[in-house]
Amino acid sequence: MLRRVLYIDLDKKESFVEDRGDLFEEWLGGTGVATQLLLEECPQGTDPLSPEAPIIFGIGPLTALFPAMTKTVATFKSPLNGELGESYAGGRLAMSMRFAGHEAIVIRGAADRPCYISIRDGEVKIKDARSIWGIPATVVGYILRDVEKGVGRRSIIRIGPGGEQLVKYAGVVVDTYRHFGRLGLGAVFGSKNLKAMVVSGTEDVEVPDPKRYREIYNQLYRTVVKTDAMEKYHDIGTPININVLNQLKGLPTRNFQDSSFEAAEKISGEVLADNYLFRRVSCAHCPIGCIHIGMLKTSFSRHHEYEIRKISYDFELIYALGSNLGVTSPEGILELIEACERQGIDAISTGVVLAWATEALERGLITTEDTLGLALKWDDVEGYLKAIDEIVKKKNEFYSALAEGVEVASEKYGGREFAMALGGNEVPGYHTGPASIVGLTVGVRHSHLDNAGYGIDQKAAKKSLSPEEMVDAIIQEDDARGVYNSLIGCLFARGVYSTENIIEALGSVGIERSVEDLEILGRKIFEEKYRFKVREGFDLKKARIPARFYETVSTVGMVDPETVETMMKIYRERRGWA
Amino acid sequence: MKEAEAGTGGESKEAPPERAKRKRRRLKVAHPERCIGCLSCMFACSRINAGRASLDRSAIRVKTQGGLEGDFAVVICRACKDPPCVAACPRGALEKRGDGRVVFKKDLCDGCGACADACLIRAISMDAEGKAIKCKHCGACVAFCPHGVLEMEEVEE
Repeated sequence: MLRRVLYIDLDKKESFVEDRGDLFEEWLGGTGVATQLLLEECPQGTDPLSPEAPIIFGIGPLTALFPAMTKTVATFKSPLNGELGESYAGGRLAMSMRFAGHEAIVIRGAADRPCYISIRDGEVKIKDARSIWGIPATVVGYILRDVEKGVGRRSIIRIGPGGEQLVKYAGVVVDTYRHFGRLGLGAVFGSKNLKAMVVSGTEDVEVPDPKRYREIYNQLYRTVVKTDAMEKYHDIGTPININVLNQLKGLPTRNFQDSSFEAAEKISGEVLADNYLFRRVSCAHCPIGCIHIGMLKTSFSRHHEYEIRKISYDFELIYALGSNLGVTSPEGILELIEACERQGIDAISTGVVLAWATEALERGLITTEDTLGLALKWDDVEGYLKAIDEIVKKKNEFYSALAEGVEVASEKYGGREFAMALGGNEVPGYHTGPASIVGLTVGVRHSHLDNAGYGIDQKAAKKSLSPEEMVDAIIQEDDARGVYNSLIGCLFARGVYSTENIIEALGSVGIERSVEDLEILGRKIFEEKYRFKVREGFDLKKARIPARFYETVSTVGMVDPETVETMMKIYRERRGWA
Repeated sequence: MKEAEAGTGGESKEAPPERAKRKRRRLKVAHPERCIGCLSCMFACSRINAGRASLDRSAIRVKTQGGLEGDFAVVICRACKDPPCVAACPRGALEKRGDGRVVFKKDLCDGCGACADACLIRAISMDAEGKAIKCKHCGACVAFCPHGVLEMEEVEE
């Protein structure tokens, strides 16, 4: 049922559609297929910001058919860490691609001047974007909404100045509130002079047995809305973890110098929900509505005149731009989130880079000459807002280094031990213990979403787990998520889509797979991703682990470097790489 | 979350003649401001009434006004007392019954679109085969709205 790949060539300004049933048959869809397309399209050793580096988008066999099957995967060569770039976004893009009839999109080449891509069903146009180059990611949305068709069913994805200026952790904003945030897809867009892509379509998806489809749908829908499988995402949302992790000593604070934050309560999900949340919205075809939007109301005159900004917030953003920068007010965090949205840069990487810079200044590795007079200090929201602008403008050598990510900046200025990246990717908000550290290091995209090591640590905090048990749990998640990310479901709904339910759902749309089939597929997808990583120079044995992880107490107590080393060794053995 | 009685919508059945005097029911957007834009209602309508996943085959529409930052608008058939769509149809494909319900006879529809033009709120659209998509007030969408935006109500004639 899935087969069509749309190829767009920005050099030649042409496009064509190819039937790739072979790929979908073997790799199911989503990340399985997108990884294969990346291996096909990206020559070994390519500069990630050169025209030869491709961008690939993919959806899966359950897209638009079942609740919470809302994600689109992007694969590319990451300009941030030079190996596998993989990122997921919700919003309306997956549905729009499905109804436009393109199960994957490959973008090749680079345009010679700013452009955007407009896709309506089978019609593909590469249009002039000179008049919107330089405009914030937020505003580009308003403009394209007026000039493009497909209201209510389209998706508009775009970059901000961060992507145009090739900030290595620039993201792509999807339908205002979702993102391909991590690993620098925005810079790849920028390198191609590609400002945006608009997708809409009018096709339907037919199913072989509508009655069976409806039955399975009802069962899954009921589980999503009526059980508490997803309640935490619905109510307070992901920021519920601020208080939880703070109590568990797992909330990174002031660049991981502490694992609990004295002001956590003030910036907690509960406080944001009570005082700032004004609405929630959904990705297309998800009844949960986890996108929490806060209202930031600031007075700009004494005559009761206000600026109103509507800003979506989540746990990782509150960690990265809140606790990890020592920011004690929700208003400050919302302002920093908005700055990242406008510039179109990844909030986690930005927060980690700024935290490193603050500590480096404190320790005298850099001076206010480097920072152009900014005395970066914890909780200094104004200073951080200015620094974000200077990074995007690459104002001087120092800010240019910050725009390369914390790995490059610390190579240049020192402070490696507190440059908080694993696998070249700035780390997410968990100092829970060894499973998180190992999980992020071995994960295919060095993300907490690869294998959720933080969850394994939290289990270990209740009932001690051996290094072998933790490694096995990581491997199981690594592989299972390869399958889930091929469907493509939102990870918040992973509790709903058990292997049994996945098999039922696939069966109801005419794709028969067994438990064993899916297990084998998960492992193969993982191996294919590693094939790309190793080909591009990633070496797990040489992975750098910042010493700071061993200096700050975690959820399971002080982490012993030997435990991490042992787990890494077991991991390599279990994967057959010893 | 307001619990939705999922899966109880089902295809609408013709009312038995002895119950014809019972008040007719129609769909109502009771709380538009509670909409989260998930489009579950649209997918329910096309899934249950057309047997496929589609936005274009849905008789209910959730419109965005200024993208996801703006408010959602839910467009439904109002089940008018004096329905202009019925008057506009030159083929008698839309027929008003004694109890006030409007029945759509798909095989009579030739796709002229006069009904869609007659409805100012744009509650009727045309499908890919050129047939009208007309809400039959079956309540399938109500069962799949997770936020209690939609309700069925009895019509006071």
